[in-house]
Amino acid sequence: MQIPVDGFMYPNEVELQWSVLIVLYPYLTGLVAGAFILASLERIFRVEAVKPTYRLALLTALAFLLVAPMPLQLHLGHPERSFEMYLTPHTTSAMAMFGFVYLWYLMGVLVLEIWLDFRKDIVLLSKSSTGLKKVIYKVLTLGSDNISPRALAIDDRVGYIITLIGIPSAFLLHGYVGFIFGSVKANPWWSTPLMPVVFLFSAMVSGIAMVMLLYMLLTWWRKQPIDMHCVDTIAQYLFYTFVIDFSLEMLDLIHRIYEADESFRSLDFMVHSRLYLSQIVIQIIMGTAVPLALLGITQVVHFSDYVRKRIYSTAGVLTMIGIFAMRWNVVIGGQLFSKSFLGYTTYKLDFVAREGLLPAIMLMILPFIFLWVLVKLLPPWGAHEHVSQAASAD
Amino acid sequence: MNITRRRLLYLLPAAAIAWEFVEAGTPELAPNYKLTDHWYGMLIDVTKCIGCGSCVRACQNENGVPDGYFRTWVERYHIENWDDESPNVDSPDGGKLGFPPSKYTGGKNFFVPKLCNHCADSPCTQVCPVGATFVSPDGVVLVDSKYCVGCRYCIQACPYGCRFINPKTETAEKCTLCYHRLTKGLTTACVENCPTGTRQLADLKNPNDPIHEFLKTHSVQVLKPHLATRSKTFYYGLDGSVR
Amino acid sequence: MKTFQDSGHLFRLAIVFIGAFVAFLVVRALLVPKTFGEYGHYRGAALGEIAAKPINYAGHQACEMCHSDIAETKSHGKHAHVNCEACHGPLDKHAEDPTALKPTLPDTAVICARCHQKNIAKPTGFPQVDAPEHSGGVECKTCHTPHTPVIAAVAEPKSAGVKK
Repeated sequence: MQIPVDGFMYPNEVELQWSVLIVLYPYLTGLVAGAFILASLERIFRVEAVKPTYRLALLTALAFLLVAPMPLQLHLGHPERSFEMYLTPHTTSAMAMFGFVYLWYLMGVLVLEIWLDFRKDIVLLSKSSTGLKKVIYKVLTLGSDNISPRALAIDDRVGYIITLIGIPSAFLLHGYVGFIFGSVKANPWWSTPLMPVVFLFSAMVSGIAMVMLLYMLLTWWRKQPIDMHCVDTIAQYLFYTFVIDFSLEMLDLIHRIYEADESFRSLDFMVHSRLYLSQIVIQIIMGTAVPLALLGITQVVHFSDYVRKRIYSTAGVLTMIGIFAMRWNVVIGGQLFSKSFLGYTTYKLDFVAREGLLPAIMLMILPFIFLWVLVKLLPPWGAHEHVSQAASAD
Repeated sequence: MNITRRRLLYLLPAAAIAWEFVEAGTPELAPNYKLTDHWYGMLIDVTKCIGCGSCVRACQNENGVPDGYFRTWVERYHIENWDDESPNVDSPDGGKLGFPPSKYTGGKNFFVPKLCNHCADSPCTQVCPVGATFVSPDGVVLVDSKYCVGCRYCIQACPYGCRFINPKTETAEKCTLCYHRLTKGLTTACVENCPTGTRQLADLKNPNDPIHEFLKTHSVQVLKPHLATRSKTFYYGLDGSVR
Repeated sequence: MKTFQDSGHLFRLAIVFIGAFVAFLVVRALLVPKTFGEYGHYRGAALGEIAAKPINYAGHQACEMCHSDIAETKSHGKHAHVNCEACHGPLDKHAEDPTALKPTLPDTAVICARCHQKNIAKPTGFPQVDAPEHSGGVECKTCHTPHTPVIAAVAEPKSAGVKK
């Protein structure tokens, strides 16, 4: 093994098992859950202000959800056998049951909700378009072209119920990922009942930030006025969700420091040495404290639209980086120390390798390509777009 | 037909019929081997271990373990001034070629062999998403390498660090308690080759196995008892500092 | 019925979902291995496959069948409980067909030291020496016979580190 080890590690522990791809996976599913919960704010809690982002949030969720299994497949020793998780799922395994949660969320919630909301557009487009596009739309209509007011009202009702079920489903989707880590008693960095909750709230933070950034970017690109009331509301939700997320992470930290169990010294040293840059600098300072301060200031001081937009964008980008760092610190951090608490290893991240940085970057870009295709296929800004009263020019 | 001396061995009970059966090409368990008659474990007498590494070499030779990965290994401990919380531990290449001279001249020093604990409440089998790793009816935790998808969840879940991914098969692998030997009435490769009797195979269901008497008369420990894995690898003479 | 009048598209959707579910059940019936679940949540055939792996160590009983003289000698000495293959390596192929594979003798300059080279972590009662000090670089089997390692001709133990 050419991997440098400090202290002692069990011989089989030196090589990391879960790579950057496994960091990427909770990041992607987190964005899905976050985007969906933002969308459901409008639908269920009737937060009219965020309506302009409703359809975009759904499509974003779908784009990311479709890419989410890809890092997993790339990581598996035998991806061709991965269907075994559906054929003979081991019911005691969180990973196996997650396959069904994912499938339920994709087909039973997200695809269904998108189909119901876009159905009118799909039927109209199936009539107005030509060639391959016409075929695609025709298939999507499932052969029914009923867009009478009553049919649409039924769609709306059913969609409402789906969204209602969808919120706990989104919680389950990402909470489960947290549970996959949180239930491993062998690993004290992972094993905590707080893990699913922390994962969920950080997912919401990243998802809300993502939709906010995408909305601002796409509106600017389309040379439309940004609905400031919408963005202000989203930023507010982002701020308060972030406060909860930060509190949960601080609770975990304080608890660990106070109880100082057998793993504490080893983990403490790891955070201060190998994980210093990614945890203290990137996740906590740059990725949490700074965005919180920026967003917090906008809640008490009145800034012009120009300044607010820049504050939100900066906070949004830093948040996205910070939440990625959080996933990194959980997954990679959990494998850098020995279960003997006597040593540390190093993560060798190659660039061009099956589980290297290059595939990770490509998989990060892919959801945006999917989103572009989806936006082209199902334009979120059809006749349904609302323009809120507080719209302002750039 | 020339009956070789090897064939004479076949006349001995279990091993005999079993071997013939396997030679016939049918990869099934020997007909006179009843799964439910056995419940295997291992007894390690730490006071006898000399760190020769014979067990590590034997395991590699018997099971084709790839270099750099270990189904079993030996650790050397050094404790200075009764400081159980900060032992110095090393395991150069798993102890495969023995140990170089220690850099310490005092303190408490000893060797500890490690292997899969074949837990009765195995956390690795709990997390396997497809049912590729399991506890056999005779108490051995095994991996079905034709079914394993290589997700590595079991490796994360094992508290003892005894699992790895075989780079050739890309599936999870670990000590099988030489299942292919046990089912023929032979002992494991590591026990066969241990020169000091440190390692002993134990069949907890066999009333004649000396383990029962040993467990009644000696204090034994398991690794990480607070994790309640119901480990079946019992250690005698295990120091409190051992991780 | 009036309630279902404008829900045709929902029924079509339900049919698609049900169809997919049925297809899944069919595929599952075809693909799940036949022996799965025989003993537990795993492929029952795996037990047999693992049990059929090749053996490389014959075990000392196999050796003693032919080499009973050596076994006899060894059983009276200090190496009585050191099994043959611990030093001679895996020899099942040889036990299978003795003439096909003639084992090479282990190099005592290397193999003895693994057990007997002095090390602070070895139990104190165990015979260990510092090889250069003990024999001045001379190979072990020059004085010791591996099967009966204690040198009987010497009444007293050698001064340099040989422990009883």
